[in-house]
Amino acid sequence: MSVTSVIAEGGSDVRRPLARRVLVALRQYGIVLAFLAVSASLSLLAPAFATPTNILNVLDQASQVGLVALGATVTIIGGGFDLSSSAVFAFSASTAALVARATNPIVGMLAGVLAGLILGTANGVIISRLHVHSFVATLASGLVISGLAYVLTSGLLIQIEEPAFGLLGRGRFLGVKTPVYLWFGFALLVWLLLSRTTFGRYVYAIGGNEEAARLSGVRVAVVRTVTFAISGLAAGTAGVVGASRIMTGQANIGSTVAMSAIAAVVIGGTSIMGGEGAVWRTMFGVLLMQLISNGMNILNVPSFYQLIVQGVVILFAVSLDALKRKDA
Amino acid sequence: MSLNGELLTQSHGDKALDRSPSHVELRGVSKRFGGVQALAEINLTVERGLVHALVGENGAGKSTLGKIISGVIPPDAGKLLVDGRSVGFRSPRDALVAGIAMIQQEISLVPKLTVLENVYLGTESHRGGFLRSASTLRRFEALNGRTSFGLSPNTLVSRLGVAEQKRVEILKALARHARLIVMDEPTAALPEHESEKLLAVVRSLRDSGATIVFVSHFLEQVLGVADTVTVLRDGKLVSTTPAKDETPANLVSAMLGHAISLAYPPKVFPTDDAPVVCSVRDLSRRGSFKDISFDIRAGEIVGLAGLVGSGRSDVARAIFGATQSDRGTIEIDGRSVRMRSPCDAVRAGLALLPESRKEQGLLMRMSVAHNVTLPHLESVSSGSWVRARQEQSRTLELLERLDVRPIKPLLRMSALSGGNQQKVLFGKWLFRRPRLFIADEPTHGVDVGAKAAIYQLIASLAQEGMAVLLISSELDEILGLSHRVIAMRRGQIVAELSDGPGRCACFTEDAVMHAIFMVE
Repeated sequence: MSVTSVIAEGGSDVRRPLARRVLVALRQYGIVLAFLAVSASLSLLAPAFATPTNILNVLDQASQVGLVALGATVTIIGGGFDLSSSAVFAFSASTAALVARATNPIVGMLAGVLAGLILGTANGVIISRLHVHSFVATLASGLVISGLAYVLTSGLLIQIEEPAFGLLGRGRFLGVKTPVYLWFGFALLVWLLLSRTTFGRYVYAIGGNEEAARLSGVRVAVVRTVTFAISGLAAGTAGVVGASRIMTGQANIGSTVAMSAIAAVVIGGTSIMGGEGAVWRTMFGVLLMQLISNGMNILNVPSFYQLIVQGVVILFAVSLDALKRKDA
Repeated sequence: MSLNGELLTQSHGDKALDRSPSHVELRGVSKRFGGVQALAEINLTVERGLVHALVGENGAGKSTLGKIISGVIPPDAGKLLVDGRSVGFRSPRDALVAGIAMIQQEISLVPKLTVLENVYLGTESHRGGFLRSASTLRRFEALNGRTSFGLSPNTLVSRLGVAEQKRVEILKALARHARLIVMDEPTAALPEHESEKLLAVVRSLRDSGATIVFVSHFLEQVLGVADTVTVLRDGKLVSTTPAKDETPANLVSAMLGHAISLAYPPKVFPTDDAPVVCSVRDLSRRGSFKDISFDIRAGEIVGLAGLVGSGRSDVARAIFGATQSDRGTIEIDGRSVRMRSPCDAVRAGLALLPESRKEQGLLMRMSVAHNVTLPHLESVSSGSWVRARQEQSRTLELLERLDVRPIKPLLRMSALSGGNQQKVLFGKWLFRRPRLFIADEPTHGVDVGAKAAIYQLIASLAQEGMAVLLISSELDEILGLSHRVIAMRRGQIVAELSDGPGRCACFTEDAVMHAIFMVE
């Protein structure tokens, strides 16, 4: 649990009525309740749901969006948005496959991850040096990066035959797929970074009140740049996992990953206004989204309805956040 | 919509209908903001067809009063009567229905729309939703002719100067059938000759029957335009008199009054050999301040006095690197320092308590401890690793020393009262002792108890050898704490007054007031 999540909501001298306290707790931990409620109902409705195979499957399927969402958590808490994650995902997938073909699979995968880091850093520099709003800047840079991915691959599928390329996406250890380890490992890192380091503190500060942070001597431009570098690294890693999973690099994969990641962060209860939020929230948000689509698949609900349900869940989460803000 | 309705002459008609000459009447109106009583039991009558000025020091409550009359904010207690009928405005729109409009200090027009579009925004002539441009234009021409502003309807507002934009706002008010217009500091952003023109407009509005409530700092302007002057002090009404009986000097003494003076800590003057900590030379920033030079010695409290907009806060921000200066040098302990950002300033041992606690000072959604340690986080960290336990225990010590209540480092900042928030803001900069402490409005919006504590704190910091630059709108405070006062007006230093045994006989509120208001 992050440090900020344990901040007391009010003074002990301010006794609030029980109903109010319940409401506050509900807003604070609503995502956990929703997760438990959905898990419980799916277990009852579908016997196929609560099986180890299915649960491992859910985790594996959630891992790519999960990785990108961790990056998005950092940028959003820092008061920014990274819409270019989908493009970075595709670019890194393509780069990994191309370099793997030219050299060897391991170098290829490293190159893919590195490409993500570089693109993210470039985003950060553009945003903080040119003072462009991150929403617009990453919308634009996303187009450029996506175009570059098509140029690199000439729009073709880059298939890799060597099994080593499947290490990150298809590998298995103790019955659990490697992407799941990657996802949880990265989550641990980001959690420590945000809740235990000076950098993490500065991220919350610039997202909460940029001017106050600046007047406290925080190097806002540097901190913001690093948040986008982390987002790029996360999207790049996810992209390499994606390519590894299907043994193919291509420019048109992962097109919805940025939006799904941002949605998951918001559903988890991290404020879109910045300055608040936590890694555990994002983990629950990603899992809840994945549970909903997995459950609906098991229950044979047509995928069109899944979109509608996802949309409603996002709206609900955002309005809860707005309510919390109005109250504070 | 009848054309006739917008003409100012219509209010003459109303006049005949009304029994009393009072246009607006306030009875026992009070307003609190947090711990501050902004207005207390105000009884006031604004007579129809006159210019009624509200004057007072910063924070005396004049703008609040204007906002209550025009429905921008509701009073906590008391009654508001318009044309003898009790009204309860819930929004500026309600007030507009009753014929009352307010022109705020800041321009509130849409810059990318034309003059015409701004004037009739929301009240355009239309038929079934389709604009009837010709009809709207005719209404505009009639209004424009009446006021003889000579504004061209199709000019973009963003291309107009401030003075002309003010006129557009007046037209906008008139187009909405306003018969009483509250103007908050209408000339504050205007150069001298433009102010004159605007005052002429105010006079002609009155002559055509409108009532004007004129809120202003500029006493000569007030006496030149107003029929009646009300002086406010600390949220209370001091006097309401005909303007012709008043002089600027009279008004100044009424504004100062004999405010209940808080017990200021005794002044301990720095010794003559105290080293200069901060030396500012020829600091200038275009459009903001010019050729600012002064020294502050160790243990010395220097007060920077001036009206809002005189450039005093800009000077402080420039010294701290929060805004850039075009010219000039800053030396800290004899070494020249370039302040490119607040980060440089913090490294050089400077601290700035900013003017606006919530916007610039604190992170309201973070904990008290996180706020306190933000500027010096590395001092409770090993490398990048924040030592949470150390952070909390050192915060706890500091909160105890500053008597912040409740003493809970994990409490969310927004849960504290204004006074306690301000103490935390001090604590943030005392976590590691600065060389120069700049305090901009250190007691803004805090209660009397917290004020006294903050005065003690500032005095004790100086006594420990810190150099202090104090900015405040409350002259009482500046004079009560400072060893020396620098007065600023329109971006320049206009006077420097020293306190202390046998140094200057002119260290009085009168002298400072006269310097910053430029009254002879």
